[in-house]
Amino acid sequence: MEKFDAVVVGAGPSGLVAAYVLAHNGLDVAVFERGDFPGAKNVMGGVMYNWPLAEIMPEFPGDAPLERHIIEQRAWILSPEAAFRVAHRSLAFDREPYNCYTVLRSRFDKWLAQRVRAAGALIIPETLVVGLLRDNGRVVGVRAGRDQGDVRADVVIAAEGVNGLLVEEAGLRGPLQPEHLASAVKEIIALPQGAIESRFEVSGDQGVTIELFGDATMGMLGTGFIYTNRESLSVGVGATIRDLNDRGINPNDLLEHLKAHPAVAPLLEGGETREYMAHLIPEGGLRAMPRLSTAGMLVVGDAAMMVNSLHREGANLAMLSGRLAAQAVLRAKERGDFSAGSLAYYDRAVRESVIYQDLYKYRNMTHFFEKHQHFFGLYPDLLNYAATEMLTVDGASKRRKQRRIFAEARRRRSLWRMFKDFFGAWRSVA
Amino acid sequence: MKTLSLEEKLFLDGFRPDQESHLAIKDPRVCLEKCTAKWCTFTCPVRTYRWEQDHISVFFEGCVECGTCRISCEFGNIEWRYPRGGFGVTFKYG
Repeated sequence: MEKFDAVVVGAGPSGLVAAYVLAHNGLDVAVFERGDFPGAKNVMGGVMYNWPLAEIMPEFPGDAPLERHIIEQRAWILSPEAAFRVAHRSLAFDREPYNCYTVLRSRFDKWLAQRVRAAGALIIPETLVVGLLRDNGRVVGVRAGRDQGDVRADVVIAAEGVNGLLVEEAGLRGPLQPEHLASAVKEIIALPQGAIESRFEVSGDQGVTIELFGDATMGMLGTGFIYTNRESLSVGVGATIRDLNDRGINPNDLLEHLKAHPAVAPLLEGGETREYMAHLIPEGGLRAMPRLSTAGMLVVGDAAMMVNSLHREGANLAMLSGRLAAQAVLRAKERGDFSAGSLAYYDRAVRESVIYQDLYKYRNMTHFFEKHQHFFGLYPDLLNYAATEMLTVDGASKRRKQRRIFAEARRRRSLWRMFKDFFGAWRSVA
Repeated sequence: MKTLSLEEKLFLDGFRPDQESHLAIKDPRVCLEKCTAKWCTFTCPVRTYRWEQDHISVFFEGCVECGTCRISCEFGNIEWRYPRGGFGVTFKYG
């Protein structure tokens, strides 16, 4: 039976970074990938941060297939017929090293995997890992879905993504909950470069992101987005499976609803859909995080629920976790000790990192907004109602307009409840 | 822009379907006798599951492997696996 120092399951950001660091330090690493090539199955909204990849991999950005660097981030709060928009654009984001880029994961992950291969890791595509090999309660390898597929390793790094079947098999967490996962769908919509530049007020490789709230999700807990690529837009929307279940809404119908919104449709005009995809986003936060290690196994990236949904950070946290896992493996290798106690070094490293610090800050957020859906329906409506009212000149005095707005707000929610809602929301993210 | 039907959208994606389904209903009686909501028939982003009189039909060929159905079924009645290596959807853009 083949034996490696480490087997990585899944060629996404977390697994590839882990394999890169291990291979660089001379370890024998195999990465199993179920797709035809690394990236073939990989999906995200599309924003990739420079940090920490640039710090880990000197070849980045280099000739990486990046779409546009983001110079402006917008947030739109939608009611069915209106949009309240805020935006931040800065020259600081137009200077290298750029803060973040839009990417198309099928291409980006393929590039990343080439760098990992060059560092000395063995990448095995078209191969699904169907289970763990165990001996006396410790993980000692994986079973690949092919003839003579048993492969032994001192340590298995589960970088299998959000569905986390191996994490479940290892008993590191119970079943995933519908309120902890968002089902998101996305289209790649081709548009000429000139149309993107004029509609989004950018030139060259500059890009813009728009996050969409409120009617974007028909009032469900979730967000929509529009990201500019070189010659296409990534347009998508996601909501928790709990809300989709309860409201009886299909994600593709939700996306069509968003695309037809009067503030969104003009940006897409003349575009042609090139691809449609769906993916789960682990939004449960710290409370839904599995145990991160056991004897012979570590969990990284989406499989470990490492997503900061408020700031839509995920791939960067995944890469950081891949690096921390690799460092724990290197340390274990030095000591010749892959026991649970030795690998718990990784848990401590995560705890001291920005992954844990940020997820801890927002630990109550998902739960709070799940119980306070007015932030996705009532309040976006009221905000737009207030703006429309104040900007409509109809002979009524501004003071009278203010009274109208307060009366309408109070008709829909008591002052005390509104106070509690906003105080609670502030507390959940403060 | 022109609105595409779900079928037209799936036509844009690259698929290499396996002979056998990687998805299955564990116990069809649960769908028939216990499940009134039929969550899987609407939450699946590609509408893999259809209720046909007395059972769920699984059109696994267009599955994009997201995992929504497994979580959505509150009876845990969907046997969910990934397709074999090299089979299923391949994204050009992702």
